[in-house]
Amino acid sequence: MSKLEGYWKANVSLIRNLLIVWALVSYVFGILLVEPLNNIRLGGLPLGFWFAQQGSIYVFVILIFYYAWKMDQLDRQYDVHE
Amino acid sequence: MSVEAWTYLLVGLTFALYIYIGYASRVRETAGFYVAGRGVPAIANGAATAADWMSAASFISMAGLISTMGYDGAVYLMGWTGGYVLLALLLAPYLRKYGKYTVPDFIGDRYYSHTARAVAAIATIFISLTYVAGQMRGVGIVFSRFLQVDIATGVIIGVAVVAFFAVLGGMKGITWTQVAQYTVLIIAYLIPAIAIANILTGNPIPQLAFTFSDLVNRLNQIQVDLGFTEYTKPFQGKPMIDILAITLALMVGTAGLPHVIIRFYTVPDVRSARYSAGWALLFIALLYTTAPALAAFARYNLITTLNGKTLEEVRQIDWVAKWEKTKLLAFADKNGDGRITFAPGPAFVIKGGKPDFNEPNPKSRNEVYIDNDIIVLSTPEVARLAPWVIALVAAGGLAAALSTAAGLLLAMSSAISHDIYYRIFRPGATEGQRLLAGRIVILLAVILAGYFGVNPPGFVAQVVAFAFGLAAASLFPAILLGIFDKRMNREGAIAGILVGLIFTAVMIGMMRAPQIFGAPAPVIPNLFGISAEGVGVIGMILNFVVAYLVSRATPPPPEPIQRLVEDIRIPKGAGQAAEH
Repeated sequence: MSKLEGYWKANVSLIRNLLIVWALVSYVFGILLVEPLNNIRLGGLPLGFWFAQQGSIYVFVILIFYYAWKMDQLDRQYDVHE
Repeated sequence: MSVEAWTYLLVGLTFALYIYIGYASRVRETAGFYVAGRGVPAIANGAATAADWMSAASFISMAGLISTMGYDGAVYLMGWTGGYVLLALLLAPYLRKYGKYTVPDFIGDRYYSHTARAVAAIATIFISLTYVAGQMRGVGIVFSRFLQVDIATGVIIGVAVVAFFAVLGGMKGITWTQVAQYTVLIIAYLIPAIAIANILTGNPIPQLAFTFSDLVNRLNQIQVDLGFTEYTKPFQGKPMIDILAITLALMVGTAGLPHVIIRFYTVPDVRSARYSAGWALLFIALLYTTAPALAAFARYNLITTLNGKTLEEVRQIDWVAKWEKTKLLAFADKNGDGRITFAPGPAFVIKGGKPDFNEPNPKSRNEVYIDNDIIVLSTPEVARLAPWVIALVAAGGLAAALSTAAGLLLAMSSAISHDIYYRIFRPGATEGQRLLAGRIVILLAVILAGYFGVNPPGFVAQVVAFAFGLAAASLFPAILLGIFDKRMNREGAIAGILVGLIFTAVMIGMMRAPQIFGAPAPVIPNLFGISAEGVGVIGMILNFVVAYLVSRATPPPPEPIQRLVEDIRIPKGAGQAAEH
């Protein structure tokens, strides 16, 4: 059982870290800090606006594939894969 | 060929394709009917999920909403996509491992209670019904404009097509039809966006044209000149707290939508469930990163096409004349100069949430009324693209509406026929009886959806937002706690769902009293600045708090349930756990 507890703990801490990034790009960069970030420009767009309407979506896609890939490794490491 | 001829041709061809796929994948057993036999590859499930979930609201209304909201439109962009991160990390793999048919199945088993199962089934039906109403209105809009038939006829055609592939093919038919529908809808969305990006900026990739050209700067300048605020300026229509609440409500709501969750039951194993969430979001992101670009392009085009022109001049433009006839576009020459003025504020007096076209609004200089729903549908015409592109957009809008309607109908049907009829009332029902019940319920649900299409309860995107609030406040916390909190028990979960659902429904009812009950004014306009679209977040927090407190004051769940929770946390053995 302790092996499975280790697997679950590693999974939960991976989820926690990825959710921190998720909250950072959307709630923090896209909403809470949008006004100060808008003083910086990315191409033709203010940066805060870019995070709110484009950037956060790109990051979300990367987060999910990273999670799936990382969990593949964890599954094999703890021998719980199919 | 004319736009109408192209539309008949493309809509006819795509409908024939959907019906053929529905017929080719007809099913005879319940596993095929409810979970497509669990053989759907991750990438196909990703495409099906994307079509399932991207509704008429995403396709038809969203870019229009963003176009008028500017920055504030980010609530839909981040809210609807961010939910997939929650779904992929917190729900999908575990629900696949659990491996039954529906969301109420999991909640009923995990909380060892038919009451919990019934509450979850009712929440599922409630959410899906709210949502399907919006889809049928979408079908009605597309038909009435492009096929020049009345809305009722259009809805009946749509209902007949959905009924055919959903009743016959169940989840299997729906899945493969949705893969085809995704292809149709994304092509239909991207072609005009690419053409317009290219015309306006010389860069054919909408995302890059949006970010790296000076078009948005020019739009900002035009807006300021006309007396609006800059397009990119945040918090113009909603305060920051409401933006936060709506974004979170839409994220959590997406993760809790029953018709999306059941799509993750159709893949072969836990690993595929994780990857298919990634594919789903990638396919969705193709549309969702294009939409804000299209929104800005459309606004720029509309203003520069209409502002300052004479009424006579614009009425000679084909699309202006057609949309004016549908009352989704209207002009009021208030200053009597014969020219159109774009300015902030509503052009007509708003009564009961809708503009009264006989009464120009004296408080605003604005002379143009544009329904949000026509932005995407009219964009190709505004940019004078070829007639076949315009027809393609009509086919894409129908694909978006029909695929989501089908997914919702199946979620409703399985909640009634599987969870309520079979699991609660007739556990002895044979395979054949269960299939028949599923098909009868889908048929009834289709007819009900058709009724809502003819008598639409409100604006597409707004109605859909309600469904998300309800999903956020009821199902999401119960599923999440069921997986991550081993100590969560029956009493806590039921109390939480009921409090979250009732609170949110009552709040939305009070805040939207004019639209829902025809009251002269809302009972309360908002809660601490949070509007009806975001109030599901408070419902969700209440759900979590009540569930925690009640569960800790009552006995822990029985030993086998705790083992069930341990079991769903590991991927191994998902294949065998499939049968009841």
